[in-house]
Amino acid sequence: MSASRFAHLFHFHGGIKPASHKTESNGVPIRAVPLPERLVVPLIQSSRGGARTIVTVGDKVLKGQCIGEAEGKAGTAIHAPTSGTVKEIGRYPMAHPSGLESLAIVIEPDGEERWFEYERLDPEHASREDLILRIQASGIVGMGGATFPSHIKVDNAIDTLILNGAECEPWITCDDRLMRERAADVLTGATLLGRLSGAKRIVVAIEDNKPEAIAAMRAAVRAEELSDKDESEGIEVVPVPARYPQGGEKQLIKVVTGIEVAAGKLATDYGVQCFNVGTAHAVCRALVHGEAMVSRIVTVTGNVERPGNYEVLLGTRVADLLALAGVKPDTDRTLMGGPMMGFTLPSAEAPITKGSNCVIAASPTLFPHRPPEQPCIRCGSCARACPVELQPFELYWHSRAKNFDKAGEYHIFDCIECGCCAFVCPAHIPLVDYFRFAKSEMRAKNEERKAAEQARARFEFRSFRLEREKAEKAARLAAKAAETRAAMAAAQSSEPKADPS
Amino acid sequence: MLTALLVMAGITLALGLALGYAAVHFHVDGNPLAEQIDAILPQTQCAQCGFPGCKPYAEAVASGAAEINLCTPGGDDGAKKLAELLGREFKPRGVQEEKLKTVAQIDEQTCIGCTLCIQACPVDAIVGSAKQMHTVVSAICTGCELCLPPCPVDCIALIEEPRTPQNWRWKYPRTGLRVVS
Repeated sequence: MSASRFAHLFHFHGGIKPASHKTESNGVPIRAVPLPERLVVPLIQSSRGGARTIVTVGDKVLKGQCIGEAEGKAGTAIHAPTSGTVKEIGRYPMAHPSGLESLAIVIEPDGEERWFEYERLDPEHASREDLILRIQASGIVGMGGATFPSHIKVDNAIDTLILNGAECEPWITCDDRLMRERAADVLTGATLLGRLSGAKRIVVAIEDNKPEAIAAMRAAVRAEELSDKDESEGIEVVPVPARYPQGGEKQLIKVVTGIEVAAGKLATDYGVQCFNVGTAHAVCRALVHGEAMVSRIVTVTGNVERPGNYEVLLGTRVADLLALAGVKPDTDRTLMGGPMMGFTLPSAEAPITKGSNCVIAASPTLFPHRPPEQPCIRCGSCARACPVELQPFELYWHSRAKNFDKAGEYHIFDCIECGCCAFVCPAHIPLVDYFRFAKSEMRAKNEERKAAEQARARFEFRSFRLEREKAEKAARLAAKAAETRAAMAAAQSSEPKADPS
Repeated sequence: MLTALLVMAGITLALGLALGYAAVHFHVDGNPLAEQIDAILPQTQCAQCGFPGCKPYAEAVASGAAEINLCTPGGDDGAKKLAELLGREFKPRGVQEEKLKTVAQIDEQTCIGCTLCIQACPVDAIVGSAKQMHTVVSAICTGCELCLPPCPVDCIALIEEPRTPQNWRWKYPRTGLRVVS
């Protein structure tokens, strides 16, 4: 193996080192979940687009069979997580901080787990377009939690592909276990993604608190090298020092390549792209094994008897998962995602979706309630911790005062809501809550403005149309009047001739 | 003496020409103040202010013919913004609850296809033709309620826009008071 080209790593601004709490759940291999009584698959599983249902109640479906077609270019398809019958298409609570309901397909498993046979693609020889279409048809989205459709992401020419195995958020270990147990598949997926986007090198970035995962990935790379594939040349596993939020796209790019992705720019503008290890694994399953995305690894941890990672069929209720892990009695709420960027689930009835990487049972001892907010003392800790180099205290003043224009001037939309500022705040101010509030208000205002703009244009066009119709009618009447007058005149002038007497 | 006169006359002529040129070439169509006012108005086109639309109301406010607090959908917030823009005194509209955004919906079973609502809609958000069922394109509807009175069979209702994850908003953070004793 040649000397590392990444001997020198870079550094992102700020960040924190919270207690990692990884050992609770990373010691046990990934376990299977028994088939639940029913699976609730929401139609919207991606941040950019949804799916259109193509089944009706009573249909028999096979595991991996498409039940929702990708809607539009950014949409991603959804598939039956197991074989069974479509019981209902109705509204169910979704895994969202609002607890709102969304349209979902309910499937009753028949217990046979029979796979739907897709026409196999040979990833070595199939065309690039076919492979990208297959990624979309297999319903693959970013599995780190952002659920951005992968077929859009991969359709960019890049130079460096970073495989994101940082998993910096405390408590979550699903990527760790995935890399340890399925390193070869992850690597195959990454090379496929790299080939589709024309990447010359692939960097597998893993935080150094996961030595087993690093070893497993290195072994997989070595195996690839022995099998003498040309592409193994450009693959390298790089341990990065553990620091939150290392796994943030822009932060990881900075650490590995030294490139600072400017505000409003995309990583692809700099020839770099990040993919989560889970996404790479899903790509391998889809393109090599012909399996659509029907399950994901979910970490179930916190206040439970048997914390660990589970291979969960999409649509399994969070409550079922918690019951499996054995929730302890003093649990008072459930978190989805990590404690830093996740949210409190309004209802444990919500199903696991493609972006649900972790379910945490929270108790007052493990996750103490936030002490009351105190006045900001302008210590500046938040600005030192902010990985985006914003000034959270300024954003806080303006968001709190609902002075949204000013918050916009201080670049509130560059905030990645990582929670570092709230973590270090000595006054216990829930800064991110304020920013989320301000952002959603600003987005709503923007939408309102757009709607008003459209209404104005439509009203003006209608007024113009009415005027035009009036003018046209007047012109028509005038023409008719002129015609009649001419006819009458003609009749009058011809009258003497017509009457010979 | 003569030089002074010539210089002054020359300056006058030059400035006059410059002003004349500017008046012709930098001419601004319309009333920029009315446009600024129009930008603040919510563009519901509901005519509740007594003018046939937002633009006519904006023009009336700009010319001083109308009060600044007549816009119902804009509410006190809008009136405050207008007061700020025009340097006039803010007059409250009285107690008013904040209204959620609504859109019109036609009960398609009852609709007789009379086209009266289509003619009333200020933003052409209703589609249909004579003796055919009509329907509201809810993405365009401003919820102005102008289609309600002309309907002879009373089949139009205003419904609240459903909450979706896309239009759901985070609440203003509040921390509970600490129990001391």
